[in-house]
Amino acid sequence: MHPVVPNPETLSAQTCWSCLREVEKAAHFCAHCRKLQPPADSDYFSFFGLQRRLNIDLNALEKEFYRLSRLLHPDVYARATPGEQQWSTQKSSLLNDAYRTLRDPIARTEYLLELEGVKLEEQSRAATDEARAHGTQKQQVVPPDLLEEVFELNMQLEEMRMSKKMGERDEQVAKDLESARSRFEQMLAASNDELRNLWNEWDQVIAAAAAAEDPQRVGVRDKMVALLNRRSYVRNLVRDVNQTLET
Amino acid sequence: MPEERIVGIDLGTTNSLVAYMEGETPVVIPGEDGSNLVPSVVALTKGESGEHILVGNRARKHLIETPDRAIYSVKRLMGRGVEDVQHELKLFPFRLDHTQPGEVLRIRLGERTFTPPEISAYVLLQLKANAERYFHAPITKAVITVPAYFNDAQRQATKDAARIAGIEVLRLVNEPTAAALAYGLDKQKDGIIAVYDLGGGTFDISILKLHEGIFEVIATNGDTHLGGDDIDNVLIGIALEDILGDMKLDLRRNGEAVQPIRKAVIDAKVALSSQPSAKLDVALPGGQRYQREITREQFEELIEPIIQKTVAPTKQALADAKIKPEDIDETVLVGGSTRIPRVRALVKELFRREPHTELNPDEVVALGAAVQAQILAGGSKTTEDMLLLDVTPLSLGIEAMGGVVAKIIHRNSTVPASATEHFTTAVEGQTNVAIHVLQGERELASDCRSLARFDLKGIPPMPAGMPRIEVKFLIDANGILHVSAREQRSGKEAQIEVKPTYGLTDEQVEQMIIASFDHAQEDFGKRQVIEARVEADNILLAVAKGRKAPAWEQLTADEKRRVDLLEIELKEATTGEDYKTIRAAIDALNEGTMRLAELMMDSAVSSAIQGKTMTGADAELGSGPTAPHPIAPAEFEHKR
Repeated sequence: MHPVVPNPETLSAQTCWSCLREVEKAAHFCAHCRKLQPPADSDYFSFFGLQRRLNIDLNALEKEFYRLSRLLHPDVYARATPGEQQWSTQKSSLLNDAYRTLRDPIARTEYLLELEGVKLEEQSRAATDEARAHGTQKQQVVPPDLLEEVFELNMQLEEMRMSKKMGERDEQVAKDLESARSRFEQMLAASNDELRNLWNEWDQVIAAAAAAEDPQRVGVRDKMVALLNRRSYVRNLVRDVNQTLET
Repeated sequence: MPEERIVGIDLGTTNSLVAYMEGETPVVIPGEDGSNLVPSVVALTKGESGEHILVGNRARKHLIETPDRAIYSVKRLMGRGVEDVQHELKLFPFRLDHTQPGEVLRIRLGERTFTPPEISAYVLLQLKANAERYFHAPITKAVITVPAYFNDAQRQATKDAARIAGIEVLRLVNEPTAAALAYGLDKQKDGIIAVYDLGGGTFDISILKLHEGIFEVIATNGDTHLGGDDIDNVLIGIALEDILGDMKLDLRRNGEAVQPIRKAVIDAKVALSSQPSAKLDVALPGGQRYQREITREQFEELIEPIIQKTVAPTKQALADAKIKPEDIDETVLVGGSTRIPRVRALVKELFRREPHTELNPDEVVALGAAVQAQILAGGSKTTEDMLLLDVTPLSLGIEAMGGVVAKIIHRNSTVPASATEHFTTAVEGQTNVAIHVLQGERELASDCRSLARFDLKGIPPMPAGMPRIEVKFLIDANGILHVSAREQRSGKEAQIEVKPTYGLTDEQVEQMIIASFDHAQEDFGKRQVIEARVEADNILLAVAKGRKAPAWEQLTADEKRRVDLLEIELKEATTGEDYKTIRAAIDALNEGTMRLAELMMDSAVSSAIQGKTMTGADAELGSGPTAPHPIAPAEFEHKR
């Protein structure tokens, strides 16, 4: 492993490093001499030239990913200057990271919420990793409407673990757990539909060019945060049930 | 001036190959003995003329004659530590010198010790020599293949080996992906392909999506310690047990006696791919013979547990790619071990279709490396639309409190890939933060492969939790990790001290380059001759052009005759093996054509420039030597 050489960002972002003519901000190439430009600060949506909308045409996204890959991949710059090689590696990594995030519905939504300044709640994937990174136990915030059901489920899970410790398997509890699992799986499926509806709401708000603090925009945003939290909570429940049933 | 040729190298566990693109077709470059395969065997011999390093077929006989001075399958040790090769040490006659855990391994050959990258460097030097002999020109750039499932340390070790051998690695390409490239040349058809690569020591499975020339790897998996070697070891184990039981002869610790048995079981294994049975017949110490017949049925039963180990990685790759076996359009077989009929049958079961075997499974990876070399060189008609998008085979993580791993780049992410993490301090005034980087899929750091420990130094003293250190992790197109760090509040670049867990430091590699030249005087001499010949070709070409220039007619009859003479002398010199003679003849011809060069320059730029040479004049006129001479080093005229 070697440290990355620091970016030679001595030139202004508006001037092409090669022909010294003006370049559009965040452009990948100089319009005059066609040379690759250094990476600019850009979010995943704008890297693909997209607005911050959540309904994305995945076929078009893939096509654009391939098109940009052909232009930016380090293989294309094997004979270029070391600076261009480094930029192409950085830009390609941004392209790949962006494509990976945007093509996945949940990752895309989480990413957009982060751009909107939301720190996702304890159950989110990123928060789980962060909690792990700090060695803390992840806190579980139970969605209120699930309180009763989760209470019962936890009892059943405990019973199941106990009986397994004794080397037995309580068929009735196993059956209950299985039916609880299929209920939660249905919830997950339903939450996908809900999420899609919220995407539509969000995209309309964006189409109307609402400002960041627009109450409608903030409203949809918060609804999505709540839905994602609930979703990851339920997903964790399914995982717990699976683990208990398997082992 | 034409650019230097880039070759493709398959640095294999058992055999290594070098290939290049001849026009639009990849071709393997044979060695002096006419063989396409260079066995990855290195031997250190000691004779009256001193020590010699032998590589390939010439080294192979030393495995039997002086097994303590020869080594094979060193690829299994690349990028590994002493604690994770304990299993191999039981099965392979590797003689390790004292190595501390976490350090690079040291292997004993006779009186000397070598690291795995140094041994591999000798194999690479042989391939390089084969290519240079073939092209009559120096080769310094290559695409080298590695198993897709190689981790960062193993990739870095491969790169180090190349550097020690004086080769610049333009790209490390994953072996199954390279094979797909070679196959993709024939059939430019879109679809999903699976590459099943079972070689001498490694197994890879890769699932790719082909789309208008883009080869996009969607998932890869494997086992870097699974291959034909393991099959040989099972057979050797049985033979040794037989010998112990029937003849009361314990050869288990007798390296010299085991090597002939190893050779015999490999021959039997190969024979069983085409015959229903094979005979083992080995002379043993003490005059007895070990004889046994083995049927294909018995053989298949014995190897079943080994080849079954390929099933789980294959299923995992399919699951990661989110596809079912019936979605696969084509299956490709790579690696010598896929010649075994039972392996072919298993692949057919797994993918429910007949696999492709049109290309030689021993050569297809090297051919693909040659294709990638041409892509990097700018492409040709066939390759200009081709682009490889590969993935990182293992998740990258950092150790968090409690010894758990926080994953920051997940496996099967397209490379280059990056992740940014933020760190802070736990104690007031703390100026260092230690970061432990790991690779692997397990939850606990102790179960993952340690890549390196970084010390972020020079953090400005602040209250605990105040500094905000941004660390950027970037996996490049070779699958190798780069790390940079910045303290955001002060804007200071944090210093990073890299301690590669099993690798060599830059200084160590640097020293090895010199060391290898000490022992490669002969190679060095050959290199000088090759370089001098290239230079000679260039000036001869330039002179031939000069004869057609109007300036030629301005020379006196004597001057022309002198040029004719010097030209013949140089041509004569290039047929010899003494680079000093060639150099002297070059200098003489340069001297003798000085006026011609000046006249040519005058007519071109209308100003006399002192000391111009023919090649200089030729280049100045914007028409450097072109075909038919295909190779010339980029900057040869500045070397003297």
